[in-house]
Amino acid sequence: MTTRAQAQGTREGPLSAAVEIERAAIRLGGRPIVSDVTLTVARGEFVAVLGPNGAGKSTLMRAILGLVGLASGSLAVLGAAPAQTRNQIGYLPQRHGFGEGTRIRGIDLVRLGLDGDRWGISIALGSRARQKRRAERRLIEDAIALVGAAAYAQRPIGELSGGEQQRLLIAQALVRRPKLLILDEPLDGLDLPNQSAVAALVKRISTEAGVAVLLVAHDVNPLLGYLDRVVYLAGGRALAGTVEEVITAPKLSWLYGAPVEVLKAADGRLVVVGAPEAPHVHSHRHGDP
Amino acid sequence: MIGQLFQYPFMVHALEAGTAVAVLAASVGWFVVQRRQAFTGHTLSVMAFPGAAGAALAGAPTTLGYYVACLVAALALGRSRRPQARGYVGESATVGTVQAVGLALGFLFLSLNHAVLDGLETLLFGTFLGVSQGQVVTLFVVAAVTLAALAVVGRPLLFATVDPVLARARGVPVAVLDLAFLLILAVAVAATTQITGALLVFALLIAPPATAQLITMRPLPGLLLSIALAIAIAWLALGIAYFSIYPVGFYTTTFAFAVYVLVRMGRWIASRG
Repeated sequence: MTTRAQAQGTREGPLSAAVEIERAAIRLGGRPIVSDVTLTVARGEFVAVLGPNGAGKSTLMRAILGLVGLASGSLAVLGAAPAQTRNQIGYLPQRHGFGEGTRIRGIDLVRLGLDGDRWGISIALGSRARQKRRAERRLIEDAIALVGAAAYAQRPIGELSGGEQQRLLIAQALVRRPKLLILDEPLDGLDLPNQSAVAALVKRISTEAGVAVLLVAHDVNPLLGYLDRVVYLAGGRALAGTVEEVITAPKLSWLYGAPVEVLKAADGRLVVVGAPEAPHVHSHRHGDP
Repeated sequence: MIGQLFQYPFMVHALEAGTAVAVLAASVGWFVVQRRQAFTGHTLSVMAFPGAAGAALAGAPTTLGYYVACLVAALALGRSRRPQARGYVGESATVGTVQAVGLALGFLFLSLNHAVLDGLETLLFGTFLGVSQGQVVTLFVVAAVTLAALAVVGRPLLFATVDPVLARARGVPVAVLDLAFLLILAVAVAATTQITGALLVFALLIAPPATAQLITMRPLPGLLLSIALAIAIAWLALGIAYFSIYPVGFYTTTFAFAVYVLVRMGRWIASRG
């Protein structure tokens, strides 16, 4: 027991990175998705994962969760093998909103994030059980307060706006106090004000709660000014660094293996021109149209 | 006058059976309404017809035919079904097909048996009267086992119902739960059908939970309210049917519908005022 605890202590020490990927290759159904990705995400860092459709952004996230294995290379999450740390990761898969008829409150969804995978019912009474229930209630209230959703958490989630639903979904991913938060396209389907509001919220979460965040996006512009770093995936490879370092014509041209231009608008927005689309499309979107 | 009800064993058995079925149907029904699987529930209830006809042909007890037919139909639905990322939109065509096949099989069994099927009216519209002690015991055992199974899977099942993608990402076995719930539903419907008849299952399976969900969206209070409504409807219907010349199924359905309409109207008025 002692040796194991010590071993874990050394591997999961405070200095181990949130995510450490070295020369990783992933194949799905024999097809190469990414071939050579090296990337380190520090604790508490807010990193955007960018790239064209089919570049393997979602697949890389699923590898970090231990849902997809590596073909070669190495991958450590919070200093351990990916599947071992899954309960310390908050994950929001790529998705669409709830239908109007979803008859459940926002707070119930957040609670499901805490105990939705628990089997059976608890009929325990007594002070210990009461204490545990109170602690769980506090976790739920804290997560809702952190995303600023207290005003509408009691309302049916199907009647809320896309931005409000997204905040509650993020609260759901945060409720177990994870050390790493993976958000797959959380800005998708939101209008521009809501996109920057959610980006600001994620930045605040990573600072206040000390959570490392990997946010998958296809457009960097709503995130400009909030990010610590970006990871750009294309052509099976990845480049990491600040926005100014990575999103440049020479770097992206190297990544795509084709000439690419980066234009900067007067307000600082970036436009990537001439990027070839990846040759294949996503195949694991669970039958979404 | 009320005491009169409890003097006859047949009435006591009817109240016991009605209670067991009300609790079972209302609990399972709460998930049916959340999952929008009412059509599936209806299809399973119709399986009472091939079940009863097949049992008559084979010389087996009718009750056994109900359970076997419902479970076989549930397995057929479960095998053919591919859960979508959200909701169960693509399901209704399959359910309709299974329903048609079930009815056709029932008709075949009936003609093979030279069209002898006792108690067709009971099969369709149910009876609370003439429930035997043995049937009551069986109903209690079936209800207890099914409710225990529902209690075990309840929370992950709710998660998989509200958001299958999220639940799957958190390691909840969504496909297994889909099938497990179909089997739970099949047993609940087979048990309820014996009392309410194939066509009036909805009075206890759908109406009370649908009413409860209009009143509260909180999972546990909604579930308990659904059960309370179903018990009240069953008792009231039995009590009035005892003094009336009209069948109990009529009262069960009427009360269930009346409560639903009243709550709907109440909500409508509240939302305007």
